[in-house]
Amino acid sequence: MSALLSAGALVAVTAWYWQLLTVLLVLIAVLTIAAGLIWYERRLLSLVQDRYGPNRVGPLGLLQVLADTFKILFKEDWTPPFSDRRVFVVAPSLVLVTALLSFMVVPVAEGWVVIDLNVGLLFILAMSSLAVYSVVLAGWSSHSKYSLIGGLRAAAQMVSYEVFMGLSLIGVVTLAGSFNLSDIVAAQQRSIYYVFPQFIGFVVFLVAGFAETRRIPFDLVEAESELVAGYHTEYSGMKFGLFMVGEYVAITLVSALIVTLFFGGWLGPWLPGVVWFLIKTLLFITLFIIVRGTFPRLRYDQLMALGWKAMLPLSLLNLLITGAIVVAGAG
Amino acid sequence: MSPDRPQELRPRIPAQTHPPLTTDVVVTGHLARRGQPLVPRIGRTVWSTLVGIGIVISHAWSSRDTVQYPEEMTYLPPRYRGRIVLSRDPEGEERCVACYLCSAACPVDCIALQATTDETGRRYPEWFRINFSRCIFCGFCEDACPTYAIQLTPDVEMSEYERPNMVYEKEDLLISGPGKYHTHDFYRVAGLAIGGKGKGEAENEAPPRDVRDLLP
Ligand code: SF4
Ligand code: SF4
Repeated sequence: MSALLSAGALVAVTAWYWQLLTVLLVLIAVLTIAAGLIWYERRLLSLVQDRYGPNRVGPLGLLQVLADTFKILFKEDWTPPFSDRRVFVVAPSLVLVTALLSFMVVPVAEGWVVIDLNVGLLFILAMSSLAVYSVVLAGWSSHSKYSLIGGLRAAAQMVSYEVFMGLSLIGVVTLAGSFNLSDIVAAQQRSIYYVFPQFIGFVVFLVAGFAETRRIPFDLVEAESELVAGYHTEYSGMKFGLFMVGEYVAITLVSALIVTLFFGGWLGPWLPGVVWFLIKTLLFITLFIIVRGTFPRLRYDQLMALGWKAMLPLSLLNLLITGAIVVAGAG
Repeated sequence: MSPDRPQELRPRIPAQTHPPLTTDVVVTGHLARRGQPLVPRIGRTVWSTLVGIGIVISHAWSSRDTVQYPEEMTYLPPRYRGRIVLSRDPEGEERCVACYLCSAACPVDCIALQATTDETGRRYPEWFRINFSRCIFCGFCEDACPTYAIQLTPDVEMSEYERPNMVYEKEDLLISGPGKYHTHDFYRVAGLAIGGKGKGEAENEAPPRDVRDLLP
């Protein structure tokens, strides 16, 4: 009896520890990458702008991240008296938590995933919809005109971009026949990287990803030249830091998703899967930053027009074609 | 604008010359491309987008505009308006005659001094104080000075940890040379009698006229 119990318990405990380890690994890795991105973005952005960027603190300015973190920790964490206190405090953590939760279902390498959810993609879409609340609530609870405008823009932007973000992925799901991200990668192993049959879907998802992370050219939620800092105008100290880290985690997430869905995730010759995954993800993060260095911010109506008039029809077209091909192949 | 203002004085608003901006400008990008067929328009927009990214990336290899300051220094021209000094004439005497003109000209009132005279009757500042935490380096003091005593120099490295250290006294300001004007000597050109030099004995100067012999 006791032997039976211990054997069963051992398996359960080992599995449990393994899971805990994966959770910790992914968490630490994601947060480290997100922090490193602060440095990476500043250096890369200055590289393409004929500057040097932070190069004083530590080798290549790498310790700038640490310096920034300490600075932000020691800044006064001010909650404006005119704000809706509870919501104001909760909002920043929401953006980080949802982005981190999404990472649960992203397979880093074969079998390296926190939860092998069979509705993984839906889960990520749900989480990204939840992340919008963070921005909207931050804008609402700040009781400041800039924050409110930023929050309103966020709501409108997300409502319109979420639609084709989801639609652009349906093609991939149709081809792979699964919502599970590991299965999608495995399906790409059997055929080709989905960026080829799903090129339109890839482009649409890329655009939606920019909008989802509220980055240039879709950063009119922040729009520092018109709205001070948009939805986080009233935030300071580590609460602002959370928005910041949340943004970088979101960039990492969207890049990782693009890699997983369209570029074969961990697949690749010679190198181990994790390395391939990281290299590909970093490439897309770089693209995010280069795009930030290239484009001006879209105007509000331009953003809406691009979303509803260009991206939505495109993703529907993509869906139609993919469906036709799949049906033809099956029949 | 008051309604009784004459019509011709009102600012003219130029008539709108371009078609109003509407949402469909966007998808296709440029205003100038409106009215052209859709597919080439989209093609050109996509192409210009890619070219834009290419140009941005190509800048990674261009030379940097940044000056790595403590190691490198930007060129500051000789007439740069930086740290203020009090210069001396070619004989090594203080040029400043404590006329207060710089102090009066200073827009932020950061110059303070006290005039006194030496045994020869020559004026000089007993003390001279510039508060550099207020100075805006406008150079008005230099313009106002009749003796070229006060001069701005191309030196900007004057940071301090304590604000009181930004107040420079006369011994901090006075330099041992003539600054930008090597030969200028105020008392040699001024028609002023001081010890060792009578009125009219200066350079390019005639002795004073006896005004009575001008009478008819
Ligand atoms: S530079 Fe301008 S502000 Fe500074 S002491 Fe001279 S007059 Fe005053
Ligand atoms: S520095 Fe020049 S302007 Fe100022 S008190 Fe001396 S002589 Fe006059």
